[in-house]
Amino acid sequence: MKTMETQERVVITGMGIVCPLGNDVDAMWAGVLTGRSGAGKTTIFDASTFPTTFDAEVRGYDLRDCLRHPEPHAGCSRGSGFAVGAAVQACRQAGIDVETSQPADGIDRTRLGVYLGAGEGSFDNDAFFGCIVAGWDAERQQIEWPQTARFALANMSATRELEQEPNMAVSHVAVLTGARGPVRSCLTACAASTQAVGEAMMLIRHGGADIVIAGGAHSMIHPLGLAGFNLLTALSRRNDSPETASRPFTASRDGFVIGEGAAILILESLASARKRGIPILAELVGYGSSSDAFRVTDMHEEGRGAVQAMRAALVDAKLTPGDIDYISTHGTSTSENDAIETLAIKTVFQERARQVPASSVKSMMGHLIGAAGAAELITCVLAIRDGIVPATINLHDPDPKLDLDYVPNTPRKMPVNVVMKESFGFGGQNNVVILKRYTEGSR
Amino acid sequence: MTAARVVITGLGTVGPLGLTVEEMWAGLSTGRCGIARIKAIDPTGFACQIAGEVPPYRVQDHVPKAIRKAVKLMCRDIELAVVAAREAVASSGLVTKGIDPERVNVDPTRVAITLGAGMISCDLAELGPAIAVSTTDGRFDVRKWGKDGLSHITPLWLLKYLPNMLACHIGIIHDIQGPSNTITCAEAAAALAIGEAAQILARGGADIALAGAAEAKVNLMMLVRQELLKRAVTNSNDAPERACRPFDADAAGLVVGEGAGILVLETLDHARARGTKVLGEIAGIGQSHSLHPEYKSLEPDGQGIRVAVEKAMADAGIGPNDLDLIVPHGTGVLHDDLAEARGLDAALGSAIHRIPAWPTKSMMGTAGAAAGALDIIAAVRAMECGIVPPARNFTKPATGCHLNISTQRREGRLRNVLCCSYTPGGQTAAVVLTAVQGDATS
Repeated sequence: MKTMETQERVVITGMGIVCPLGNDVDAMWAGVLTGRSGAGKTTIFDASTFPTTFDAEVRGYDLRDCLRHPEPHAGCSRGSGFAVGAAVQACRQAGIDVETSQPADGIDRTRLGVYLGAGEGSFDNDAFFGCIVAGWDAERQQIEWPQTARFALANMSATRELEQEPNMAVSHVAVLTGARGPVRSCLTACAASTQAVGEAMMLIRHGGADIVIAGGAHSMIHPLGLAGFNLLTALSRRNDSPETASRPFTASRDGFVIGEGAAILILESLASARKRGIPILAELVGYGSSSDAFRVTDMHEEGRGAVQAMRAALVDAKLTPGDIDYISTHGTSTSENDAIETLAIKTVFQERARQVPASSVKSMMGHLIGAAGAAELITCVLAIRDGIVPATINLHDPDPKLDLDYVPNTPRKMPVNVVMKESFGFGGQNNVVILKRYTEGSR
Repeated sequence: MTAARVVITGLGTVGPLGLTVEEMWAGLSTGRCGIARIKAIDPTGFACQIAGEVPPYRVQDHVPKAIRKAVKLMCRDIELAVVAAREAVASSGLVTKGIDPERVNVDPTRVAITLGAGMISCDLAELGPAIAVSTTDGRFDVRKWGKDGLSHITPLWLLKYLPNMLACHIGIIHDIQGPSNTITCAEAAAALAIGEAAQILARGGADIALAGAAEAKVNLMMLVRQELLKRAVTNSNDAPERACRPFDADAAGLVVGEGAGILVLETLDHARARGTKVLGEIAGIGQSHSLHPEYKSLEPDGQGIRVAVEKAMADAGIGPNDLDLIVPHGTGVLHDDLAEARGLDAALGSAIHRIPAWPTKSMMGTAGAAAGALDIIAAVRAMECGIVPPARNFTKPATGCHLNISTQRREGRLRNVLCCSYTPGGQTAAVVLTAVQGDATS
């Protein structure tokens, strides 16, 4: 593999987001800096009888507002629609032409890739549940297949079924931008978009592309998705107070708040960014990935995989724990994650662990599942830009066993040059990336 | 930086032609067809009632006793992957915790896993009782679903259907602690996953990687989708073995298949240090995209295929004249087959008339995410044996297809093999496999 001989520095040159705190980067960041919660009662469907009746939804978003030619994306799923809107924002900032077969931006499309951590699209609920209703033989307790098939064929739409495929978000972004380079979609649960950004960085570093549109998109806020999370008892049930339900690292935390959205970062080789004269927002310097190989249901008790991923990212970045100014935690507000993540940070950072601010953006944004890591990574870039570390809101009753500096309740002004972003997913998926303030000269 | 060379040292598969690589190869090399009337469900509601199904197996036999209760959390996609992974690891000579915990000879932190997976269809029968109590006047009622329906579903239900659980279960069984990823790019997923795993090894991210894909496609929702998209062949229910005809003038649609294909990839240095047999080298990876704005078929001119193939050849440092076999994606959907053929034409020029092309889906159907892995494993075996098996269901080329497809078995050394993959939704990939001199029979 000859292209692998290359070694390029990788920088970020554009960002876009659609999330519960707002539908562009400025709105989202304003929400983070004021410590606002994006959670509220579920409105996408009637969830009032579910154990959990709230979530963190994208509001007031219409993809058609972002596009001159909405036709190729008209039938897309909720998550893909978020991805396309976020990609338009990010491409605009990075000077990448969209919605045209004749781009004038000088970018070789065969060197432009897409890599998203993206989830499957929402189900066509009426048709999906309807076909089971139609085909269920209550007496014999089994599905009558021919009846089910006939109902499904008569009531489902080809487009809506196709748009549920998890690769459709990258397909839409590729068509939006004309990308002919490597295009991949991954789905490693809650760690997916951090993995996508990490692998996209590696693609550019080793010559596979000059620019990769990277990030994530996901919405699991539908009757089947929320059923799954409710059954796992992973969600907070603080139905009387959605805004204070996501409370990572507190003694009273009782689960995560499910969110939705998309976040896109334009990753680019330094050489390409310089050639194009495009402003550089930050540099990506490290990526580490590991698996727990422990249990399908639980994280490894000692955070073995998390530790390995953090250490691998530091080695990749040629940095030590002493170089890290801020840790953007996975911080889900579940009993297990917050305890094990804290333990893992202590294992890696040793005596410095309590000195490094480690906050959870999920306290405000909710948990965007596949899109979470990339959305939080955007806040890391802004933390470097503005010298402000986001707070962990709702942290009023700290868990006495969890004693790191979680930046409780108020964002902190401080110089930030190097940030570690952590993401962990069901099944023991661990992904960590490190980004750095961009400075000229060798890194 | 010096990139490590990446080689293949183990293979494992389950598919319509059998439960092992040898069974699959015995079928493929003699042109046997694994497509028949659907057994998994009563298919009479569908216009297409045939598929390539995996023969019966017992997943318990492939999971160590200590963690056997994990099979309760395995949907069929996971099961297929677990079975194929065991054969792959065993055939490589590596001893993982899942093979024999007393004799482990690998460093688990230096093993990666990258698999392709599809959108996993949940078992409708499993949801039946929950939905039966969630109706009002014969229609689904989401309020009853939230209040009463959920209690009829097992609490860990969601975990059975997350695409990354294929890799996670295999990771737990074989103690794989290095990087783990799951590529969800439909029929292109396997080639993209194998490409990514090879790149992880080349850059030093691991010494060994399990790579491939699995997908169980023969279920109601997948059959509904293929029929709604008008991709499934509907004129051959009474002659399943003649139904799927890639690149043939009479191609009338695809046949759904299922299966798993897993490769053990290793850096050449690591493989040589332990003196294991090398089956071939991953020499080049190329990826691109087809930009058809309807996401249902390739662009007619096959540009996405052309770019991927050109990149793969450049990455391998070879030209069209160095290729001795093409394993095209060819599903039997005529317009996609022609688009792929045009893309290959553009990338290979006049060499397309010389290089044998051997489509496999006439025998196995399109096994979703696993399709590319079955093809790459087939290509490795062809390279090892030095034969191009006879093409099945090919009588007259479709107009505009210049691929050199033959129903005659051909023999000779295969230096480089090109495998193509794409999904009609857009992603394309090409992989160049190279025979490793001196190692193939050592």
